[in-house]
Amino acid sequence: MNFIFDYYNYWIVVFLMMAGFYIVISAGNLVKKVVGLSIFQTSVFMLYISMGKVSGGTAPIVAEGVTQYSNPLPHVLILTAIVVGVATTAVGLSLIVRIKRAYGTVEENEFEDKDDAI
Amino acid sequence: MAEFIDLVLLAMLAITALRVIFLKDLFAVVMLFGIYSFLSALIFVSLDAVDVAFTEASVGAGISTVLMLGTLALTGRKEKKNENASILPLLVVGVTGAALIYGTLDMPPFGHPDNPIHEHVAPRYIEESPKEVGLPNMVTSVLASYRGFDTLGETVVVFSAMIGVLALLGVVRREESAPESGLQSHRVLHVVAKLIIPLIILFALYVQFHGDFGPGGGFQAGVIAAAAFILYALVFGLPMAFAVVEPKFLEKMAAFGVLLYASVGVYSMLKGGHFLDYNQLAADPVAGQHYGIIIIELGVGITVFAVMLSIFYAFGSQAERSNVQ
Repeated sequence: MNFIFDYYNYWIVVFLMMAGFYIVISAGNLVKKVVGLSIFQTSVFMLYISMGKVSGGTAPIVAEGVTQYSNPLPHVLILTAIVVGVATTAVGLSLIVRIKRAYGTVEENEFEDKDDAI
Repeated sequence: MAEFIDLVLLAMLAITALRVIFLKDLFAVVMLFGIYSFLSALIFVSLDAVDVAFTEASVGAGISTVLMLGTLALTGRKEKKNENASILPLLVVGVTGAALIYGTLDMPPFGHPDNPIHEHVAPRYIEESPKEVGLPNMVTSVLASYRGFDTLGETVVVFSAMIGVLALLGVVRREESAPESGLQSHRVLHVVAKLIIPLIILFALYVQFHGDFGPGGGFQAGVIAAAAFILYALVFGLPMAFAVVEPKFLEKMAAFGVLLYASVGVYSMLKGGHFLDYNQLAADPVAGQHYGIIIIELGVGITVFAVMLSIFYAFGSQAERSNVQ
């Protein structure tokens, strides 16, 4: 039982990651692929934050009478990663808009008929 | 109790992710992604990462969702059925997932205070940063001071993403008076938006300047301020928003933010320290840290605000163009 309590968080995060990964490789629509990629990304963030958690700890902001804080370092890394993540997502989405304009479709299997597979 | 909340949230996340896989309506997919972001923000709160939760709620559920909807307006909201669906993706995902689960068994157990990750630098940040930097929020201390160089790099990445989007799409301006854009006829929305927008901007300023003491900082504040202007553009139409903030002005603003950040580094070098060594900024090192952090957080806030808003302008003006055609 202890074993499950020690690891269930990581396992569910891995499940979410794989759900995102499945969307990326199985979806035909490029917008849906980007959604899948974002789900994958958010799950990786959760993995990092889970590692920084200390049981019985609190948010890393100094408060009276608190001695145990969670680890602030993963928080910093992930905070900036989220903003960079949305910036790169925006670049990906604008590529999709250009693809739509150039080929008239954002469905992956429709490019192959036109000899323009990506 | 904490475990129970955690489990419920994780289960809701799993259900949302599974729904996204099977839905073909992309509008619903994007909305579910917004929900997914909000749920993960809740998980971050329960895992003590309040700053991260703040960012995820404003960025993931706010800006990302708006940008994805903007893309859908141009590409259509239905996903075509995939005829040659194969078992291969499932197999790849299954094998990868099993390998990762096997990998987690070697990880230290969840939440133990003596895990390797909590040794080395983390105790130093927790014990010394309130004295060295003088701020109660350790995340801000680490972000802006100890890892200031890293944050400068991330700000530059955000800035270059704006260059990428503008190079790919550009902001299209229509000179002739086109059909009315925005939700012109919805009076209730107009009144409510006018009431809410000043409050959102006020909140953004609070988040910007209170980030040293509570959760918040330049990244979150920039996104929240951008959300206020995005709301304005959605309700009153892009031409009105362009009249308030020019797209060209935003480009200069984004560059200014990065330069403001970097100039703090150069200034501290001129004062005889290292790059971004805030101790040199004032006679008292702790006061110097305060000045440095306020200025660089302002630089981050300005850049993030300008980048998010001009990316929205780029997507929004494309959507309006395609509606007119």
